[in-house]
Amino acid sequence: MTTALCTDTRLSDPDAVFAALAAAHRDLSPLESRRLDAALVLLLANHIGDVRVLEEAIATARAAIRRPAGVAEPGGTAP
Amino acid sequence: MTTGWIAPRYPFHRPAELESGEGSARVVIVGAGMVGLTLALDLARHGIASVLLDEDDTVSVGSRAICLAKRTLEIYDRLGLGERLLEKGVTWKIGKVFHGSSLAYAFDLLPETGHRMPAFINLQQYYLEAWLVEACAATGLVDLRWRSRVTGVVPAEDHVLLTVETPEGAYRLCAEWLLACDGARSTVRETLGLPFLGQVFRDRFLIADVVLKGEVPFPPERWFWFNPPFHPGQSVLLHRQPDGLWRIDFQLGWEADAEQEKRPERVIPRIRAMLGEGVAFELEWVSVYTFRCRRLERFVHGRIIFVGDSAHQVSPFGARGGNGGVQDADNLAWKLAAVLRGQAPRALVESYDAERIPAADENILHSTRATDFITPKTEAASAYRDAVLLLARDHDFARRMVNSGRLSLPHAYTATPLSTPDREAWPAGPAPGAPAIDAPVGEDWLLHRVGGRPVLLLFGEVPAPAIDGLAVTRLPARGLVAERYGAAEGTAYLIRPDQHVAARFRNAGENAVADALARLWARAPAPGAIRSAA
Repeated sequence: MTTALCTDTRLSDPDAVFAALAAAHRDLSPLESRRLDAALVLLLANHIGDVRVLEEAIATARAAIRRPAGVAEPGGTAP
Repeated sequence: MTTGWIAPRYPFHRPAELESGEGSARVVIVGAGMVGLTLALDLARHGIASVLLDEDDTVSVGSRAICLAKRTLEIYDRLGLGERLLEKGVTWKIGKVFHGSSLAYAFDLLPETGHRMPAFINLQQYYLEAWLVEACAATGLVDLRWRSRVTGVVPAEDHVLLTVETPEGAYRLCAEWLLACDGARSTVRETLGLPFLGQVFRDRFLIADVVLKGEVPFPPERWFWFNPPFHPGQSVLLHRQPDGLWRIDFQLGWEADAEQEKRPERVIPRIRAMLGEGVAFELEWVSVYTFRCRRLERFVHGRIIFVGDSAHQVSPFGARGGNGGVQDADNLAWKLAAVLRGQAPRALVESYDAERIPAADENILHSTRATDFITPKTEAASAYRDAVLLLARDHDFARRMVNSGRLSLPHAYTATPLSTPDREAWPAGPAPGAPAIDAPVGEDWLLHRVGGRPVLLLFGEVPAPAIDGLAVTRLPARGLVAERYGAAEGTAYLIRPDQHVAARFRNAGENAVADALARLWARAPAPGAIRSAA
């Protein structure tokens, strides 16, 4: 499958991006927070302007959150 | 004590000032911790005597600032302690971050070889302090006064008047310069009523020093867990230290009761859950802490200068507290020494503010971001954090967002009055303000040839500019050093006494180098006056 979604890092300062996203939610109610995230995704989806990228991002995100964090994998050497 | 470490007790010696009730000193340092001792030793290496006051009579208790970063090790190498630190410390460069029980991300801090010092060593702070005490005593220039508590600080135009209390009475000490290295709860800062502003983090952490016996299931790496099965909903950090000692930091949350959590019957089950039933261990030291990120508005207040935690405080994630303080001392010692020798104007000491305030801000920024990642403030931030960790297993961009502490890197003084800006484009090499980069030179190391005084690194066979007070080190115009410095025939780097770059030149003309040297000393460029007749 050819992939349209780039998940290599493209950010020069990833910490600043994380901090900006976290700060965007300050003082919002849970409902407002959900709406803020939704608005962000819609804005960025439109900015990207490619439905293939969006569909791939949706599939990647769903796969990531459905995989339980507690299951050890090869390379996971925790006691 | 189970590791064999016995804390030294230093005797109180009755100072002459107790007879007359008063005395004077050019430099008084308050606080014989890691930073105060480093500063006293560095000043002594520059030939400057100091009186070092400490209210206690021993070194610090517990492992405390255990991670010494590469730049800090280079500073201690310049001061003569490098070999001892390398021998005793646990060298590490691999970090692993776990989410639940799976590995989310692993990193290697120093992929490049050809440096004397590794990315990090771990060493209990008390070893370093004990060795610094020995090294200070050996100089004959550090008057170390234990059980001497500063109870009064009265600043004046050209001195500071101190009141010092000892077991045998009090005396007054008139200091030409007062260096406050008395930590986060600085008495000097509080006496002057200076605001120390910033952010308190609503979280508590338990630190335990634990001696593990028999076969130990961990390599000498930094391991960090988000939400591990043995400590659900919180984070855990593990570091190996010498003497079979391990340092474990457990996140407890804001609601935890500090006094209860310190009790062995609470601590031991946490550690047993982590290590499993088969590993025998003994608790050596336990502490519960909350932390803050804050700093003074300025570090230089007339004749009083704040160094280390007295000037700025950071969260522990990233090992930026101790390392930042040592780099403060490294920055200040040569400047104050030059001013005391009459070699440079007061402006040189004031450049400590211009250089170390941005360094403190950088440390505060990174440690604040790490803390916000580890302890998210909102449900939304917490969801972002978990999403990053889940994505990190497969996706590079998310790995780079995982923040369990951005480990201390040396600060480059990018906007300093002491640097001469580049006039040419440079493909490689440390820019003005950055620390010099180490490399092998023959059987030795480049960083052994710079520091303590200004040095001109001169690449190739070109004639050296003849300038008073400037040592020249010649280097080949080809090879690894030249590569790391982007150097060719005729390239020159002017290196400051603290091993940071002051200026660099494609062709080292005498006037340009003399101007850069004057600027390094915070003197107005006056090349005619300082060029020798040679």
